[in-house]
Amino acid sequence: MEQSISVLVTFLLVGTLVAIMVSIGWLLGPRTETPAKGEAFECGNPPSGSAWGRFPVKFYMTAIIFIIFDVEVVFLYPWAVLFDRLGWFGFVEMLIFLTVLGVGLLYVWQKGALEWD
Amino acid sequence: MLTVVVVSVIKALIVIGMVLNLAGILGWVERKGSALIQDRIGANRAAIFGFAGAGLVNTLLADPIKFLTKEDVIPRGVDRLLHTLAPCVALFPAIVAFAAVPFGDRLRIGDMVVNLQAVEIDVGVLFLLAMTSLGVYGVVLGGWASNNRLSLLGGIRGSAQMISYELAMGLAVVAVVLTYGSLDFQEIVRRQGHMIGGWIPAWGILYQPLAFLLLLIAGIAETKRAPFDLPEGESEIVSGYFTEYSGIKYLMFFMTDFVEIAVVSAVVTTFFFGGWQVPFLASEGFVFPWGWSVPLPHVVVVLLQVAAYMVKVFIFCCLQVLVRWTMPRLRYDQLMWFGWKVMLPLGLANLVVTALVLLWIQG
Repeated sequence: MEQSISVLVTFLLVGTLVAIMVSIGWLLGPRTETPAKGEAFECGNPPSGSAWGRFPVKFYMTAIIFIIFDVEVVFLYPWAVLFDRLGWFGFVEMLIFLTVLGVGLLYVWQKGALEWD
Repeated sequence: MLTVVVVSVIKALIVIGMVLNLAGILGWVERKGSALIQDRIGANRAAIFGFAGAGLVNTLLADPIKFLTKEDVIPRGVDRLLHTLAPCVALFPAIVAFAAVPFGDRLRIGDMVVNLQAVEIDVGVLFLLAMTSLGVYGVVLGGWASNNRLSLLGGIRGSAQMISYELAMGLAVVAVVLTYGSLDFQEIVRRQGHMIGGWIPAWGILYQPLAFLLLLIAGIAETKRAPFDLPEGESEIVSGYFTEYSGIKYLMFFMTDFVEIAVVSAVVTTFFFGGWQVPFLASEGFVFPWGWSVPLPHVVVVLLQVAAYMVKVFIFCCLQVLVRWTMPRLRYDQLMWFGWKVMLPLGLANLVVTALVLLWIQG
């Protein structure tokens, strides 16, 4: 209970602070509209259409590979906390798990999914 | 119940004040530090009644006032809701993450025992990782909502970089958790309290030197500062994901950077440099191995510990400013190569070696 209260209180206070910061700028700053000000900034060139289009697929692949290894790391936390009690059995179990994912990393590496040019 | 709420509010306010002031002072350290390294004078113009205070007036008073009273330009094509939301989403988790790190031991006031940790939970490490992971949303939302090619590039660069280095960070933290067998920050700090042979403080860096390096490097990459400042990359993509931001929203992204520096420093301090521990300071006062002892009242001991924590955090903040202004920027392929092919395998190896050593010690 005390734990949730401290989390909740911190969230509320920081949330209020952030909200105040955003609205204070809106209240204090001047507001004028000019055609040039509303344009997207592309180093002075007239903007060439919307930016909401395609972007390199490499970023997407990085995200997918990240998910796999991040879940791996998540599984490691409970194991690390209980390591004293699990002993050699837990170590070997986790070694098998890490080996499987290590092979996965090697595969991704060999396939060139981690190469950027 | 009411006391719990009041105490929580006070602690949260202390931590928020601490981190905001630290961010402000770091702005000054950064401007003066970069000037020192680049053989300039740095901020020295703004003054109150002729008092410029070596540029402190500039960064602590003139800059915030100027940011506050500037127009908040929202270009025509942007997604207005996400454009406003992005700086909030960036700043919020950074401050909350800092609040999870304990800044002192238990303080006894009469019958009441106050645990000097704003977010007082026993899985603080998980909470911290969850919050730092949320930081990526601010970057990617800011980049996407701006409807600007350069912003979008900065946003996706930033997200790919942050998630790549999060793996190494997570693995380094697992090794630390393995060493201390706890996810509670206070427990981890208390385990670093004793002295090895009576002389050397048993700080985490002695047990996990590689994890320290990995965590520091991954932390700097998470804050998106040089040598990992590709998401901002001012020589290529203007200002990256906050190109289309001005006024207070720009300041919020700017502050997020400094708060994240503070978070990285706080975590490194807590895991590897004893957090609030002061060498030779026990709960009753100083006890030196050569036989001296200086008894101190409880409040003084706690204040010394809080001061030690702040000094340690500040030292690591300065180290990061130094790193930023002395390192050239990496290329993107080098960045990804380093994250995936050096940091990640090293983190895994460190983990396995740590586990083996622990088993060997247990017999």
